[in-house]
Amino acid sequence: MGKKLRGADIVWESLVEEGVEVVFGYPGGAILPAYDALNNYREKIHHVLVRHEQGATHMADGYARASGKVGCAMATSGPGATNMVTGLATAMLDSSPIVCITGQVPSGAIGGDAFQEVDVTGVTIPVTKHNYLVTDVNEIASTIREAFYVARTGRPGPVLVDITKDALNAVIEDFEYPTYTISLPGYKPPAPVTNEQVVAALELINKAKKPVILAGHGVLISGAMNEVLELSRKGNIPVTTTLLGIGGVPASHPLNMGMMGMHGEACANHAIQEADLLIACGMRFDDRVTGNVSTYSPNSKKIHIEIDPTEINKNIKVDIALNTDLMVALRQINPGVTFNDRSEWLHRIRDWQEDANQRDILQMKTPTLMAAQAIRAIWEGTAGNALVVSDVGQHQMLECQYYQHESPYTLLTSGGLGTMGFSVPAAIGASFHKQDREIWVIVGDGCVQMTIMEFATAVQENANIKICIINNGYLGMVRQWQQLFYDARYAETPISSPDYVKLADAYGMPGYRVSKLEDAIPTMRKAQEHKGPVVIEFVVEQHDMVYPMVPAGADLHAMIRRPHRQFAEMEM
Amino acid sequence: MKQILIASVEDKPGVLNRVSSLFRRRNFNIESLAVGHSEVPGVSRMTIVTDEVEQLRRAIVRSNVEKLVNVIEVDDVTDLPCVVRETALIKVTADTTKRREVMDFAEMYRARIVDVANETLIVEITGESSKIDALIEVLTPIGISEIMRTGKIAMRRGAVAPRTNGATA
Ligand SMILES: Cc1ncc(C[n+]2csc(CCOP(=O)(O)OP(=O)(O)O)c2C)c(N)n1
Repeated sequence: MGKKLRGADIVWESLVEEGVEVVFGYPGGAILPAYDALNNYREKIHHVLVRHEQGATHMADGYARASGKVGCAMATSGPGATNMVTGLATAMLDSSPIVCITGQVPSGAIGGDAFQEVDVTGVTIPVTKHNYLVTDVNEIASTIREAFYVARTGRPGPVLVDITKDALNAVIEDFEYPTYTISLPGYKPPAPVTNEQVVAALELINKAKKPVILAGHGVLISGAMNEVLELSRKGNIPVTTTLLGIGGVPASHPLNMGMMGMHGEACANHAIQEADLLIACGMRFDDRVTGNVSTYSPNSKKIHIEIDPTEINKNIKVDIALNTDLMVALRQINPGVTFNDRSEWLHRIRDWQEDANQRDILQMKTPTLMAAQAIRAIWEGTAGNALVVSDVGQHQMLECQYYQHESPYTLLTSGGLGTMGFSVPAAIGASFHKQDREIWVIVGDGCVQMTIMEFATAVQENANIKICIINNGYLGMVRQWQQLFYDARYAETPISSPDYVKLADAYGMPGYRVSKLEDAIPTMRKAQEHKGPVVIEFVVEQHDMVYPMVPAGADLHAMIRRPHRQFAEMEM
Repeated sequence: MKQILIASVEDKPGVLNRVSSLFRRRNFNIESLAVGHSEVPGVSRMTIVTDEVEQLRRAIVRSNVEKLVNVIEVDDVTDLPCVVRETALIKVTADTTKRREVMDFAEMYRARIVDVANETLIVEITGESSKIDALIEVLTPIGISEIMRTGKIAMRRGAVAPRTNGATA
């Protein structure tokens, strides 16, 4: 015999059944019944009151990326739901599993432009993996259950469940949570690859002279870190990662060349261009990693291991497509991989690396604190063990270059959508996943001001996050484009900031300012001693650039490089 | 040659919107789309015609449609033996002096006159799109005031059936 429950209670009942421990949300008219019912579930679910619904989605996303579980956010109808669109799109492009629950006007009022009515399922079709409109109390539990299933399986992604107020208010006399096996007629897990495909792939891998492994976000989503490392070690094959693939292969692995693409390592980009075989593992040949597709890796055969069939041959035509889960595919392939000396190829890569070392900003004496130095200091001060949440811009790319990630799931960043304002809320979300790691945010002065209201959430929840604002006084990455491609005509890129130390104080958290490199680590120590949110502002050189840079649409090997002795002759 | 897809989809609100939204978002062009109930309760069937010509692009269109959660199955039947038909209603402006001519053309094309009024006739024709185009061409000089076409519907010849046939949704 089941329980007598309101639809609103069934929402929470379902979330508990799905293993949800924390919900990030904001109340309002249409979702009010659910907030009323929340009081019956306080012991099982913690609710975080955000300051803007975009923040709720990024928090759910950060929680999901850090924990591997599905993140959950809640909002009211109309403006509450539309505020979630950016967060849904962010999660969509980065394959992050979140479920957003929104209230909707009563079913009888739908279509009449009722107060706070928006066609939320219509608006969010392009930015969700799937979405639902629930108007019947009997369908709330089964729909939420299905939503979690769709969000976490296959290629993960965001799912939205829009529930009308009358369904939330209706009562079921005999409620029991469904237990049947979910089987959706149009939603199929990928089949394993055939033996012929494995043999064909091995043939290419074992005879390649200049192979490169491209490790993407799929490595982390599939959990195929060991398998990729084994492929690299067994075959003696160099690896490069995408932005979201960082951490999928330890930075210290001798064959890891670092990140590829627009601001990737020169050696990785050169290696891709000269390769005779690319083994693409859970990545999608985004334009930020390929540059000009018509000149991309022109002499290589390409193997693409990818769970999403729509990614195959989308941007780059491949020779062998293995449309399945990465871990499954590599477990089929790895046993047949043979060791290969490849000393000539590896030497060539080492030469490129040495050239890059000589251009490295850290090797130069600079007149002011550079963003790269600040980030390197954050790496040192956290012994390379932090969970870093970065935002979007120059500081994001420098983080990839100067923070060496040894472990998976230690870098959370908005890759595909490049959503400014992601980092602070995502870090708050990640802090609800129990873990030993410190959480450090690396955020620009532009980005932090996009979601700065979430400072209040961080303080209210005493989220143990350290927010490092890399303040260069500019929307730096856009300024860089204006300098390089628009003759330094800076239009609306200088940006003012509040006094972050005072602002931190006003929000009720410690705030520090660092302008000299030697102050970095001691200040970090102070921040580490405080259990709770802390702001550290790093005041850095305003006009530095991120190198290398492949201009948008240019050939991947046509990188703009830092001059060898940029600061040597500079007057101090 | 146009690409022809036959999709079996769950008969749920908004599914047509999801399919058309996908085409717009991915910048695929829908030439025509026809949808109706199938032999299975709860399953609708769509015939989608696109102007994609390249094999790789066609495969991507197909896999994108199939990826939609409410889409059960998609067949690309472009290169398979199929019956492909379209229906059109053509309203011709013809007073009594011209009616005979319209009726002769209709007979020639195995079309039917389904409505006669003082000034107009409606001709109904079913067939391959090229046949409909040809009838439209010969009727144009007489005076066409309105055309309504269904878009193509397609079915594979012989004893092949969609996987959804006989299944419950
Ligand atoms: C929501 C949003 N608006 C605009 C942009 C375009 N954009 C990309 S990077 C950037 C500048 C970021 O500035 P800042 O946070 O100061 O970081 P910096 O590049 O200086 O390190 C801008 C405006 C974006 N990615 N996201």
